[in-house]
Amino acid sequence: MNPSSIPDVLVIGGGNAALCAALMAREAGASVLLLEAAPRQWRGGNSSHTRNLRCMHDAPQDVLVDAYPEEEYWQDLLKVTGGITNEKLARLVIRASSQCRDWMRRHGVHFQPPLSGALHVARTNAFFMGGGKALVNAYFRSAENLGVKIRYEAPVSRLELKDGQFVAAWVGDERIEARACVLAAGGFESNREWLRQAWGQNERGEWPADNFLIRGTRFNMGNLLKFMIEAGADAIGDPTQAHMVAIDARAPLYDGGICTRIDCVSLGIVVNENAQRFYDEGEDFWPKRYAIWGRLVAQQPSQIAYSIIDAKSVGRFMPPVFPGVRANTLEDLAAQLGLDAGAFVKTVSDYNAACQAGTFDHTTLDDCHTNGVSPAKTHWARPIDTAPFYGYALRPGVTFTYLGLKVDEHAAVHFGGQPSANLFVAGEMMAGNVLGKGYTAGVGMAIGTAFGRIAGNRAAMAAKKKQGEYRAAA
Amino acid sequence: MQQLNSLTREAQALAAGIMPLSRNESEVGRIMQICNACRYCEGFCAVFPAMTRRLEFGKADINYLANLCHNCGSCLHACQYAPPHEFALNVPQAMAKVRGETYSDYAWPPLFGRLYKHNGLTVALALAAGLAAFLMLTVLLVGKGFQAPEAGNFYSIFPHNLLVSMFAPVFLFAALALTLGVRKFWRDVSPGRASLAAGGEALGNVLAMKYLDGGHGQGCNNADDAFTLWRRRFHHFTFYGFMLCFAATGVATLYHYLLGWAAPYALGSLPVVLGVAGGIGLLIGPAGLLWLNVRRHPEQGDVAQRPMDRGFIVLLLLTSLTGLALLAGRDGAAMGILLALHLGVVMALFATLPYGKFAHGIFRSAALLKWSIERRQPNNLQLGDD
Ligand SMILES: Cc1cc2nc3c(=O)[nH]c(=O)nc-3n(C[C@H](O)[C@H](O)[C@H](O)COP(=O)(O)OP(=O)(O)OC[C@H]3O[C@@H](n4cnc5c(N)ncnc54)[C@H](O)[C@@H]3O)c2cc1C
Ligand code: SF4
Ligand code: SF4
Repeated sequence: MNPSSIPDVLVIGGGNAALCAALMAREAGASVLLLEAAPRQWRGGNSSHTRNLRCMHDAPQDVLVDAYPEEEYWQDLLKVTGGITNEKLARLVIRASSQCRDWMRRHGVHFQPPLSGALHVARTNAFFMGGGKALVNAYFRSAENLGVKIRYEAPVSRLELKDGQFVAAWVGDERIEARACVLAAGGFESNREWLRQAWGQNERGEWPADNFLIRGTRFNMGNLLKFMIEAGADAIGDPTQAHMVAIDARAPLYDGGICTRIDCVSLGIVVNENAQRFYDEGEDFWPKRYAIWGRLVAQQPSQIAYSIIDAKSVGRFMPPVFPGVRANTLEDLAAQLGLDAGAFVKTVSDYNAACQAGTFDHTTLDDCHTNGVSPAKTHWARPIDTAPFYGYALRPGVTFTYLGLKVDEHAAVHFGGQPSANLFVAGEMMAGNVLGKGYTAGVGMAIGTAFGRIAGNRAAMAAKKKQGEYRAAA
Repeated sequence: MQQLNSLTREAQALAAGIMPLSRNESEVGRIMQICNACRYCEGFCAVFPAMTRRLEFGKADINYLANLCHNCGSCLHACQYAPPHEFALNVPQAMAKVRGETYSDYAWPPLFGRLYKHNGLTVALALAAGLAAFLMLTVLLVGKGFQAPEAGNFYSIFPHNLLVSMFAPVFLFAALALTLGVRKFWRDVSPGRASLAAGGEALGNVLAMKYLDGGHGQGCNNADDAFTLWRRRFHHFTFYGFMLCFAATGVATLYHYLLGWAAPYALGSLPVVLGVAGGIGLLIGPAGLLWLNVRRHPEQGDVAQRPMDRGFIVLLLLTSLTGLALLAGRDGAAMGILLALHLGVVMALFATLPYGKFAHGIFRSAALLKWSIERRQPNNLQLGDD
């Protein structure tokens, strides 16, 4: 390659973090090449499935009501991660989230008030009009207009590194040099073989991950993550964990996205394939609980469970994407779901008998609870006695993995504790620095936007420095 | 088993008098089920907020939603479930196909609904017939050789009463057919009562073509995922151009009957000024819409309806072109032929109004009125948060 055709900054990935990095690097005057593994129609990674950004704000701000100050945001992060976070980096993300939206708008992102059914985050989260794919489209358009070169179907298999610095990336047999590089290629959630190994075998001899569905893209294979860790980059985040929710078992293997969620768990009961209940369905409001149900279902035999409701609950939860299995008797429902009818009817009758009279109110932690059944249902417990009955099969759906590369506040990749001079990382590939565990809505995009922008900026600076070195040498 | 169940339910529904869905309507039903679980597009237009007030989508709901859709394309380009995803969601296309059915299903008289199926042909035939009729009439009335008629005096060729007796019935029939069609549609979508506020809002939405702004003010998609306000602007040119031409004719009629002032009118007179302004609007608007239509992303909308779209656009364009040409040449030797051309085109336009793309404006306005009524009614669903 002759030096003039070498891009200043190479960005690997095509999701939110990659695009933020590419745009910032370009705005800083660098020439930028972006390599996206996916073909154009599938571009955008998991970012194209998102809907909102968690934003700090001290006063009402266009689509955001009231205030969501830094401290409260930080406490929320502390709570969901159980302390597995880095306060300095977390606060950096939080502050960045209060300032990034004008920049996002300049690149064509539109915000709107919360979607119906998501009013509980009206204060904390700004929604993308049209969702994440509209955001990704806007960023790609802006990047093209600014002269960022974009290549699709360009999966990077490995990098060439020298003394902790980026030299070149390989796409197939093609070697692509650049003065600096930003890695933003997501986690390894699409890699089912890796998930299988990470989860291992359970006491029943099953490989649970074989039954997981992937909620997002099929292109986040994690090969660069693996390559970097093997090349000696410092890693962070639990390599065996992933964020999972319970989704409709009929969802496609990849890219089922938001619409496959099932929101009726707290209104009825959930049984496993032995027709037994296994957890308090009414523990807390559904938005606060839906993330634990992925793991709960993953622990059940065959990694499947069935959410059961009766006619009283119809129209009280967000409509599911596929119609439920419907029957006029419990026996028929069991037969249709492939459950043992006797065991199922017994579970339901035991539960029904344990339901205490109360005043049902799905908007509060009401007093409808069970007595004398295990596990208890502590709220919204009403007998399942009104036909027609409905059942929804549930499977664990993987949102993202936690393993990533360790960074500092400049988004630099580290080797043995030393920051690289020209290799940076952003988004899911380093989210584990801030989010070692757990999740709360809109944090993924907040991390990707903050660190994507930092990484792009830093990469442009690093490239300029390199160019200076070339000139000095020439 | 599940299939059997749904078959049984369908049979029960039929017995209960619930109309079965056409294939295109079922597709919209399928799509709305998915969208209702996603809702990312709620901010683009009225279709999605209207959808969230429902859990099930019957025939009337589907026809209502389809006509509420302005085919702006936003929800295709922004959809994470669009092809090649296996859900293969294409909201604008599915909606367009159902709209096509709405126009023909609700056409009056019902037999004429078929004219939509081959609308390009319908328009072409109407145009040919209109032109032929007026050219022949010209020859008959003026005699061979087209001797120059009295400068600018149309009625020296076509007596005023003859024109009225030809155009009035066609126009009144068109108005009647459209009214009866949309009245049936209105009854089927069971709208409820329009308050003043709802009516005012709907009127505003129609006149401003609010939902061509994309929800964010940057407009519709056309060729790709970029937004453009030109679709809205060209619609405005077309609509207001049409209305001005209409106004020109109206004023001229008043002049004729009330004041006894016969055409031709002076260049500075109201009918001519209105007509020229309208004609220019009707030149720019349809030309622009045609340009956009040619460049439209093939997935965005129903390509099978392009002959209908373009047929209507071309008729409008020819109306303004021949009208302006007539004005320019009204004192010359070619006036007779220019007049015949213009009248032929206008006749074809009027005759096809109830059976062509023009109907979209009428059904869309009805759907917008229903939306303005509906959104003021309490929402019966208590879905809670996801
Ligand atoms: C269904 C769903 C809904 C979500 N909703 C939200 C939400 O509302 N708010 C929120 O904050 N977060 C949400 N998240 C999490 C959010 O998606 C992630 O935090 C965020 O998208 C990560 O951005 P990213 O750019 O790091 O990764 P991605 O957007 O996944 O992008 C990774 C990119 O890298 C490319 N790539 C992968 N490997 C290679 C390679 N070897 N070479 C080249 N390119 C490669 C991929 O094709 C992809 O384009 C959601 C996740 C899912 C699955
Ligand atoms: S068109 Fe796609 S993104 Fe929009 S609401 Fe429907 S499913 Fe969601
Ligand atoms: S095409 Fe535009 S108007 Fe039609 S449903 Fe989609 S967003 Fe709404």
